[in-house]
Amino acid sequence: MATSNTSASTTPASGLREFWYYFSVNRGAVIGLTVFAILVFVAIFAPLIAPHLPDVQYRDALLKPPIWDANSDPRFILGTDPVGRDILSRLIHGARYSLFIGFFVVVGALVVGVILGVLAGYFRGWVDVLIMRIMDIILAFPPLLLALVLVAILGPGLFNAMIAIALVLQPHFARLVRAAVMAEKNREYVTAAKLSGAGHFRLMMITILPNCLGPLIVQATLSFSNAILEAAALGFLGMGAQPPTPEWGTMLASAREFILKAPWVVTFPGLAILITVLAINLIGDGLRDALDPKLKRS
Amino acid sequence: MLNYVLRRIALLVPTIIGISICAFAFVRVLPGDPILAMAGQHGVTPERYEILREQFGYNLPIWQQYFNYLWDVMQGDFGISLATKRPVINEFMALFPATMELAFVALLFAVIIGIPAGIFAAIKRGSWFDQVTMGVALTGYSMPIFWWGLLLIIFFSGYLGWTPVSGRIALTFFLKPITGFMLIDTLLYGNWAAFVSALRHLILPAIVLGTIPLAVIARQTRSAMLEVLGEDYVRTARAKGMSPNRVVNVHALRNALIPVVTTIGLQVGLLLGGAILTETIFTWPGIGKWMIDSISKRDYVVVQSGLLIIALIVMSVNLIVDLLYALINPRIRVQ
Repeated sequence: MATSNTSASTTPASGLREFWYYFSVNRGAVIGLTVFAILVFVAIFAPLIAPHLPDVQYRDALLKPPIWDANSDPRFILGTDPVGRDILSRLIHGARYSLFIGFFVVVGALVVGVILGVLAGYFRGWVDVLIMRIMDIILAFPPLLLALVLVAILGPGLFNAMIAIALVLQPHFARLVRAAVMAEKNREYVTAAKLSGAGHFRLMMITILPNCLGPLIVQATLSFSNAILEAAALGFLGMGAQPPTPEWGTMLASAREFILKAPWVVTFPGLAILITVLAINLIGDGLRDALDPKLKRS
Repeated sequence: MLNYVLRRIALLVPTIIGISICAFAFVRVLPGDPILAMAGQHGVTPERYEILREQFGYNLPIWQQYFNYLWDVMQGDFGISLATKRPVINEFMALFPATMELAFVALLFAVIIGIPAGIFAAIKRGSWFDQVTMGVALTGYSMPIFWWGLLLIIFFSGYLGWTPVSGRIALTFFLKPITGFMLIDTLLYGNWAAFVSALRHLILPAIVLGTIPLAVIARQTRSAMLEVLGEDYVRTARAKGMSPNRVVNVHALRNALIPVVTTIGLQVGLLLGGAILTETIFTWPGIGKWMIDSISKRDYVVVQSGLLIIALIVMSVNLIVDLLYALINPRIRVQ
């Protein structure tokens, strides 16, 4: 009684603790996580943190340089854009868009990809052939090009861009889950569950899927950063979020003609994208090392 | 091996048909009317509209339009651009060398720096060189390349004034294309000044396009080297008293490079996607810019055929990479 009690109470906790041990050894991953936490905080409390409203145009302060420049205006720490909006405030509000895009796209791609991958790997046969050929077709197009055409069909805009990106990223999840399910399907614990009368749905989603979680989490992290990059690229090409939305890629697009006259208008939105994506990729590397048992031993 | 090749090619047939259906269907659901787009701002009379519809086959049932399209494509006819009234395949052929040249130099840049950087990082694992290289690589991997391009323009074109901002060559040079590759053509003409001009135009776009592949190749080389350096045969070679150079160059490197070659091959799809952004920033006259211009001009025929051609290129390259991999690594063939 006593032994079963301790094992029941320590096993999940020690699993998590072991994971944290391997994750926290990686200095980069901890830095990434810290930066990401700050970004989430900034995004949630954007209206409280931002010194100005993102859309207010200060007509008396067009293209003011950042605070460390002699011609700066002390009201605007990172300067203003061509129509006199505070760049810092727009960046702070932009964090909401980027994180929301990343989150929405990953959830969409994950749900659809997992369902298709499990179906293909579990049933095999024509279901597998049909699903995987469709994935092959999606993967044959360069992702950005496919997303561009899809947005052209659906109409430019942030929401349609997110749908297009989710669709483009989803085959990676499907392939990953399919491979993992195929590897797990014939293991003894699955046979045992089958013998005790578990139905298809239970076998797929409750018995097998949790055991494929590791690589899936890593892929989700990578897709999170990819989604932010692709959405910014679509915004930059004028097919994503539309002005005056303070989305970082869209901000870059409207600042392009001023690059030589006012470099700061271009510098900061891109820096924001880079820092966000880098933080997430650092977390992704840490997760991969912590969740991959093969690397742990070395 | 031949069996394997044939099986792989046979597997591609349904995918190719699927791709052609997608490219065809995408364009049918794009908003707007192709005849009106072709007519431009002058518009057409209703009678003329009907004649044109019939002439281009838009009045036929949709499945018949698809089969006609497929039939034409198989004969090498990819349609006529609505905007320029020139055959799509001719436009593609005229622009493709520009993208090829850019992508090739970008990949060369990525390989020449990425592989040695990855090897040294692996050999000196944990050293400051390793940490800095991998930090830079991850930064490159996370780079929004459209912004990176703008930064380079600000610094090298704006601040230093070293490189031009756009195009492939200064307008003062007019050379009739021989191969379509500006660097080779200028050399064939023996025009040194033109060669330098072409090189100066190429260098920033190539760096921008090569940044992400560079990061991917450096990281992949490092992890492949680390894996191989831990293998028994490397330990044996060391134990036999071979020089560290020989162990790394002969025993480890040759095995580590197999997955790296695959990685390099798989960058081609990424390069074609990145070309859209790079060519837009540097107004580089290649297929990336051609595609995005056609999408915004609603040039249906170009979008449809361009998608199809690009997807076929990506697929062929992936197939070649897979076959090369099977050739180097016999274990794959057996499965």
